[in-house]
Amino acid sequence: MKDINELNLPEDVKYTKDHEWAKVDGDTVTIGINDYAQDQLGEIVFVEMPAVGDSFSAEDEFGSVESVKAVSEMYMPIAGEIVAINEDLEDAPENVNEDCYQSGWIIKVKPSDPSEMDALMDKAAYLEMLKG
Amino acid sequence: MMTQRPGTKGLIFNEPNVWDKSREGRCAISLPKADVKRAPLDAALTGDAPNLPQLSELDVVRHYTRLSQWNFGVDSGMYPLGSCTMKYNPKTNEVQAARQGFAGAHPLAGDDCSQGALRLMYDLERALAEITGFDAVTLQPAAGAHGELAGMLIIHAYHAKQGKQRSKIIIPDTAHGTNPASATLCGYKSVNLKSGPKGILEPEAVAAIMDEETAGIMITNPNTLGLFEENIKEICEIVHAKGGLVYGDGANMNAIMGVVQPGKLGIDVLHLNLHKTFSTPHGGGGPGSGPVAVNDKLKPFLPVPRVEKDLDTFKFVTDCPDSIGRLHTFYGHFGVMVKAYAYILTMGAQGLLDASRLAVLNANYIKESLKGTLNLPYDRPCMHECVFNDAKQQEYHISTMDMAKRLLDYGFHPPTVYFPLVVDGAFMVEPTETESKEDIDQFIDAVKAIAKEAQTDPEKLTAAPVLPKVTRLDEVAAARKPCLRG
Repeated sequence: MKDINELNLPEDVKYTKDHEWAKVDGDTVTIGINDYAQDQLGEIVFVEMPAVGDSFSAEDEFGSVESVKAVSEMYMPIAGEIVAINEDLEDAPENVNEDCYQSGWIIKVKPSDPSEMDALMDKAAYLEMLKG
Repeated sequence: MMTQRPGTKGLIFNEPNVWDKSREGRCAISLPKADVKRAPLDAALTGDAPNLPQLSELDVVRHYTRLSQWNFGVDSGMYPLGSCTMKYNPKTNEVQAARQGFAGAHPLAGDDCSQGALRLMYDLERALAEITGFDAVTLQPAAGAHGELAGMLIIHAYHAKQGKQRSKIIIPDTAHGTNPASATLCGYKSVNLKSGPKGILEPEAVAAIMDEETAGIMITNPNTLGLFEENIKEICEIVHAKGGLVYGDGANMNAIMGVVQPGKLGIDVLHLNLHKTFSTPHGGGGPGSGPVAVNDKLKPFLPVPRVEKDLDTFKFVTDCPDSIGRLHTFYGHFGVMVKAYAYILTMGAQGLLDASRLAVLNANYIKESLKGTLNLPYDRPCMHECVFNDAKQQEYHISTMDMAKRLLDYGFHPPTVYFPLVVDGAFMVEPTETESKEDIDQFIDAVKAIAKEAQTDPEKLTAAPVLPKVTRLDEVAAARKPCLRG
């Protein structure tokens, strides 16, 4: 597994305490799991995603990722309605391991309150949390 | 250093798929020529012949004998698979289950022709009630998770009968992984509860979330860290005070048989795994059986049919208006019940107590012997299993999985890995009472030798196993791209 200083944590996304990332993209927010989460989980074999049109509150469970080791839940960084899911992951869950910020994105959300993004951590704060 | 490993080299046969061995017209039997006129059935009653491989008897015998030689079972070596209680299954149990009166019993024969079978079920229920300290038992559930579901349906039926259904159930992080599924099937939302720093539940944490919307709590005791929940009585009182019930997951009963009666601790309903604690085959060796024991308060909700004794005769009773109903065709896995009953009778009360004490002693012996070799996250006396992890091997980039695979080369079945989830990289060893000190010492030596290899020769671990017929499987490809048909 990677050391903390080997992790790929881009500056242009926000992070949650449960190791999701979220990035504003026009009117929507794209969400996935970050490099630390995919590395800890190991090789991912299945991603369970919500349906387009579902609505969630912040910190609600919206799906799960299954690796050879375990099944882990994913939680909403912000409240909102699902406007897209990454259907490619049904046949290629390995995208989450190989490129968790691009082809491994999981859902796109229309936020109920875009200002909730401000409460999420930036790279520096997230790294601080990981180091404990 | 170890003198001899159990695992060695040997001639193993390749064996193709049965379909590849099939040859048109090949057959195991020769039927005599028909000496009566053909009388074809109405075409509406017949279909195409089943598509089966065509093989001689010897082809079939060799096929399965060879496949069995690729396998690893408790009859071939130590199988310390934590949480699974892979103890030896005495052969007398098989002899009793194969007796014509039991093996040939027909489920539709009727009570008057089945008195022996009914008596065995009745007596087994009484024996399990005594061992667990409960008032009544059902033998119907087909396995552990089915027993859990039965237990949760009983809790659900109890609350419905009180006139107010509840919405949540508390499940600690040291409970068995199937618990939330059973609760969800009953419509309850699982509320996760973290164990305390000692690896057991703290009463204050239960009190903080227990309310009158919560149907109860599901507690595995001993828990999945192999630790006894020392605060169990206080926790039961907290849950009862708010009108909730306590479900006990008795899958780890092998640690406490004859020592503790869960029914006397305040637990309301408990399931048992006959295929673990009561030594009936599992893990590919046969079906399970998950009896459920309850106190008097919950007895009316047990599944039907119930076996009852009326003077000297036994009968099935279905007239139980509050029952959760039937859970299984007929009466459950009867053959497993015969084996468990044979086990209880051959062991006796003292024997069952000794089995639990030795299971706990063996696990503690392994824990103490290996705690300098592997990291031990909870360093306290354990029950029937101990949980290490790979923290000491991480600097060599060796994982629990690598060590588990390497154990196969040494001739041991690996322990349970990556469970329980509360321990990162868990390596969970449950030796059971049936292993001798010599065999346990060989296992300890093997783990020490592997930990040394992790430092000096890590490739031996990452390439392992090399000796089994089937080496390291591509588990990722099997999960991502499963091939579900031959």
